[in-house]
Amino acid sequence: MAYPANYRYTREHEWIDVNGKAATVGITEHAQDSLGDIVFVELPKVGDKVEKGKVFGSVESVKAVSDLYAPATGTVTAINEELTTTPEKINADAHTAWIMKIELSDPSEIDALLTAADYETYTKEETGH
Amino acid sequence: MVDFGGWDMPVEYSGLIAEHMAVRTGVGVFDVSHMGDIQLRGPGSLGAVQHISMNDAARLQAGQAQYSAMLYPEGTFVDDIIVHKFSENDYLFVINAGTREKDYEWVRAQARGFDCHVSDYSDYYTQLAIQGPRAQETLQKLTNVDLSKVKFYWFTWGTVCGLPNTLIARTGYTGEDGFEIYIPSDEATSERVWNEVMAAGAEFGILPCGLGARNTLRLEAALSLYGHEISESINVFEAGLDRFCKLEKGAFLGSSALQGVLDAGGPTRKLVGLEVVERGIARDGYRVMDLSGNAIGSVTSGSPAPFLKKNIALAYVPRSFAEVGTEVAVEIRNSPVKAVVVPLPFYKKPKKATQS
Repeated sequence: MAYPANYRYTREHEWIDVNGKAATVGITEHAQDSLGDIVFVELPKVGDKVEKGKVFGSVESVKAVSDLYAPATGTVTAINEELTTTPEKINADAHTAWIMKIELSDPSEIDALLTAADYETYTKEETGH
Repeated sequence: MVDFGGWDMPVEYSGLIAEHMAVRTGVGVFDVSHMGDIQLRGPGSLGAVQHISMNDAARLQAGQAQYSAMLYPEGTFVDDIIVHKFSENDYLFVINAGTREKDYEWVRAQARGFDCHVSDYSDYYTQLAIQGPRAQETLQKLTNVDLSKVKFYWFTWGTVCGLPNTLIARTGYTGEDGFEIYIPSDEATSERVWNEVMAAGAEFGILPCGLGARNTLRLEAALSLYGHEISESINVFEAGLDRFCKLEKGAFLGSSALQGVLDAGGPTRKLVGLEVVERGIARDGYRVMDLSGNAIGSVTSGSPAPFLKKNIALAYVPRSFAEVGTEVAVEIRNSPVKAVVVPLPFYKKPKKATQS
């Protein structure tokens, strides 16, 4: 699956879609594929402060639990409640099944994140394919 | 996200949940060649088997298998095994992968003094497990043996996929009906048989299954995994495997220590089944607490249960917390999450009228 060119990516396999100070965050296709069947998502709360590189929640598949790391610092403005009952939506389409929306504290933080092309190269190096 | 766990074998093929459900409702096939096979042969083999394993092999008939375990003198586990009786002087132990070297050395050392020859045949066989309610129909297409005559925990030899004298055992590690077959380990043969099994099971929706489904299936059935529910620091009574341990058969490795445990009033901790009743998934190693927040034990295996659709766990707790219905908490990511002690196994296969 192609990685949207308008998103930025972390080495911890989150994507972020930035629109001015507003941003949407999810996990990547590579992440969902590695995790397998996702059965549980621990969401942050609206109003929570998230900090770049810090844990803001978790996703669990049958076989593993993985922390979610914030791609940027900001305040949570919305969470995808749907994932509480249908976490498998992430498996179905990781790049549209968003996890949270945040208001960025400093949009320039985004510049340091990976581009789609960089991320794709990174995942290939990581998995050795 | 980091660390997806370090497995060397396929954790999943098409998806863990689909694979798990195939075994519960149809049929699935596992490559379990990593299991080890140790044969004990000679006039002293029964004596050696009785000395080394805790179940009573004297009760076995030729063609019958039993779940058992090898114990240290302390009554704790070297490994759990399946003992197959080939004939009066010929037994096969099927052992775990992770403990293979240790097990083989242990059997060799402990069989000394018995008139018995010990051989490691692990590398000679590819072991395929065909498991699920449609396993019999699947395998029946590939063999001349009437599988309906092979009872659970019995085995026979027959032609499978054109391979004569293939060991076919009605055993498994899924809590489901099924068979394990032992075929020559060369790659061409293994691949051919695998493909023929897949083709035979196609009409029943057969799926190749990985270690992930193997783990969730055995957990639902509350079957022990070495290094989790059983280990060198856990004894038979703690693990709840009393019914496979026959102290009355006479002295064997571990028997006097176990008698001592009984004489002292039984084990102080017990393996229990937990169902997480609040939101959260208990995982291996998580702490179990009482409702006041005091640590009382730990989870040995925990996972979402794909068929039962519950979050379940096996855990060691003090005996006073082992009663069914007892409420405890599992510490999940620093928060106590309520769980309740439930009867084991979590899952029991439905009885089939046609099968004895």
